[in-house]
Amino acid sequence: MRQITASQLDDIALGAAVLGTGGGGDPYIGKLMAKAAIDRNGPVTLLDPSEVDDDALVIPAGMMGAPTVMVEKIPRGTEIITAFEAIQNFLGRKATATMSVEAGGLNSTTPFVVAAELGIPLVDADMMGRAFPEIQMVMPSLYGIKATPMAIADEKGNSAILNTINNKWTETLARTMTVDMGCSAMLAAFAMSGAQVKEAGVGRTITQIESIGRTIRAAQTAHVDPIDAVRRATGGFVIWRGKVTDVARRTETGFARGDAFISGLGEFEGKSLRISFQNEFLIAQTEDEVLVTTPDLITVLDAETGHPITTETLRYGFRVAVLGMPCDRRWRTPAGIALVGPGYFGYKTDYIPIEKRYG
Amino acid sequence: MTLRIGIDVGGTNTDAVLMDGLEVISKIKTPTTEDVTGGITTALRHILQVSGTATSAVAGVMIGTTHFTNAVVERKHLQRTAAVRLGLPATAALPPMVDWPSDLRDVLGGQYYLCHGGYEFDGREISKFDPDEIRAAAADIRTKGIKAIAVSSVFSPVNPEMEGLAAAILSAEVPEAFITKSSDIGRIGLLERENAAILNACLRVLATQTVAAFRRAIKELGISAPLYLTQNDGTLMSADFAEQNPVLTFASGPTNSMRGAAFLSGLKDAMVVDIGGTTADIGALAHGFPREASVAVEIGGVRTNFRMPDVYSFGLGGGSHVSADPLKIGPQSVGYRLTQQALIFGGKVLTASDIAVAAGVANIGDASKVAHLSADLVAAAMNRIQEMCESAVDRMKTSAEAVPVIIVGGGSILISRPIAGASEMVKPNHFEAANAVGAAIAQISGEVDRVFSLASLTRDQALDSAKAEATAKAIQAGADPKTVEIVDVEDVPLTYLPGNATRIRVKAVGDLTLAK
Repeated sequence: MRQITASQLDDIALGAAVLGTGGGGDPYIGKLMAKAAIDRNGPVTLLDPSEVDDDALVIPAGMMGAPTVMVEKIPRGTEIITAFEAIQNFLGRKATATMSVEAGGLNSTTPFVVAAELGIPLVDADMMGRAFPEIQMVMPSLYGIKATPMAIADEKGNSAILNTINNKWTETLARTMTVDMGCSAMLAAFAMSGAQVKEAGVGRTITQIESIGRTIRAAQTAHVDPIDAVRRATGGFVIWRGKVTDVARRTETGFARGDAFISGLGEFEGKSLRISFQNEFLIAQTEDEVLVTTPDLITVLDAETGHPITTETLRYGFRVAVLGMPCDRRWRTPAGIALVGPGYFGYKTDYIPIEKRYG
Repeated sequence: MTLRIGIDVGGTNTDAVLMDGLEVISKIKTPTTEDVTGGITTALRHILQVSGTATSAVAGVMIGTTHFTNAVVERKHLQRTAAVRLGLPATAALPPMVDWPSDLRDVLGGQYYLCHGGYEFDGREISKFDPDEIRAAAADIRTKGIKAIAVSSVFSPVNPEMEGLAAAILSAEVPEAFITKSSDIGRIGLLERENAAILNACLRVLATQTVAAFRRAIKELGISAPLYLTQNDGTLMSADFAEQNPVLTFASGPTNSMRGAAFLSGLKDAMVVDIGGTTADIGALAHGFPREASVAVEIGGVRTNFRMPDVYSFGLGGGSHVSADPLKIGPQSVGYRLTQQALIFGGKVLTASDIAVAAGVANIGDASKVAHLSADLVAAAMNRIQEMCESAVDRMKTSAEAVPVIIVGGGSILISRPIAGASEMVKPNHFEAANAVGAAIAQISGEVDRVFSLASLTRDQALDSAKAEATAKAIQAGADPKTVEIVDVEDVPLTYLPGNATRIRVKAVGDLTLAK
């Protein structure tokens, strides 16, 4: 158990952007909201998963929508509390703690708002160990844990409780609502017991992202190569260096989709890398080979500073390094690949673990 | 356009150069005066007289100024500004100026109005625009005597209509106010665009006064050539446009210095150390251009999303105050009063320039006035100055390898020893006027910002056509066709319009055509 103060959120948000793999929402907005909540209510207690009672009620909370929308339509601030309280009312039980839906991007910090405002602890864990675009793409799905009852709320005051037959249906129905709500909504879902959190959660990821953020900052101060520092901190591989030549984006069916093209520099000269995204970077390939695919992580870093660049800020002319990082082992099971592998997103390629290509 | 005058109006000095093609014909450094005009007039008169040039031969005057950046950094000459944001009930979690340094927010008054309106990503209204709400805000603004207003609205880069409606009401109700719309200034990213709009609004009065002073100075000398100001990306804008958009001059000073340093030294890849009267700027040149920052750049502690050079500034310059016990150098500076207040000029303030003269590495003013300084103090201060520069260079380096370091700026007299980590140290000819040279060789741009329908065109065809048009515009404005390149491409799909429309923004820049 430890206390998280507003000043620690800088490292947490920076590290979250690395695991955010280009998506997961602008960590800056999430950080400011979390800081404001902590300033109003005091530090947030972070619980190690081992400190959570088996019969505790843990309700994860987060944002759903397109990250490109979030940087424009900033939340009202009350949506996530509305959603969280709606689910507590539905269950007739107060939550013992809350938790992050994803360790990557904005959703690593959104539940800090719930924890601070409602005075409950946050579990040091998430449901992905990274960021993914759809609701059912969480580790608890592999353990048969249901997303619903789920509450979803917008800034206008609308909210709804969903009950669905499976987590894919939760995604389908909630996505439609999210689009109608302006592509940005807040949710509380996947109510779990403490025992379930320990089994189906990805543990200690808040501590992990805080450490990644600290590593980047320290590398800058000490003038060691920040790209190499991130690579070592995440067990990843540098798969590309180059200059962004085009970013084609579209906001459709409630997602920020598109492709980024990066012409190679140095040892990659003469070739172009294409990274496709649906909120998150999902597949990195050249004209003749696939380099990395989901569920392994693909992240784009500023070549000079090592700071991660999200899809919405990626622009023509940026000099970048692309990092591939191994995912949680459970994603590599047949059920994991079926849920979040390249085939699910329509890419006709088999998943090959990044260590097999680069290790 | 062969004879051009480049002027850099810094906080301490005004530098001017007269260039004929690629050659520096004459140059001068003169103290910046309180009224701005005086310093420029002195400088212009000098360079024209020395070179025997007729005013009618001058084809263009390019001014780079840190005036507006300094005003924000020093929190001086800023107008109290009200921010009006359309977006309720969204956006209330993070109100305008939320992440600003509190002293700057206090200077501007921190006044904001969250109003209904704004758009969803697909063009639907978040809530109805309410003219009465804007009128109420206007009445309050008038009562409070605020004369600068920034208007922002959610998704205004996709649809600027509500910002326009609000600005029209505000302008009718508070006729004396200067109003800046966020959609005129920036891109997607509400907080950063709004920040830029607020900074622009608070600088408008200063901009009007300053640009008028620039105009007066060149008119008094009978120069009828067009007046340009340099922007943060190293390109030129007309004086009229600059008056409306002073925020676009941010960071143009370091850009000019770095481009001037590259031009004068012939080096394309190097670190540039520019030491002025009050501050030193360190940046990196890559392929002859300033390395651009890819993370959000802060100006005076405020986050923006402009294209800007990645520059580290710290408080060391020729006018920096020096005190002993404990030894302290800067960040206070005598600034443009160096030639009255420094010991070597008969003043009473011990400055970094006095130390350099006492150490025998510079020869300005009256050395006998610093003969009494203790040798220990002089040596310790010189070491500290060296350390400050070396640690800043080290901070901006991205690898451990030694790189060439180009030293420019009037304050570079403070550095006489080799900088640790430099493979070579270059002080090019005209080093003290690199910023003015950079302004004189500023590039010409051509910009396209238009909605394309993708019903009959593919996205690639639309982009190609926008790029060709921007290139043509740059060439037409005087850019050398051989040097024109596309520096910025951005497209925002407007999913709410029928026919799959997209807003494409392309910027092409090139060097001025220079006849040798």
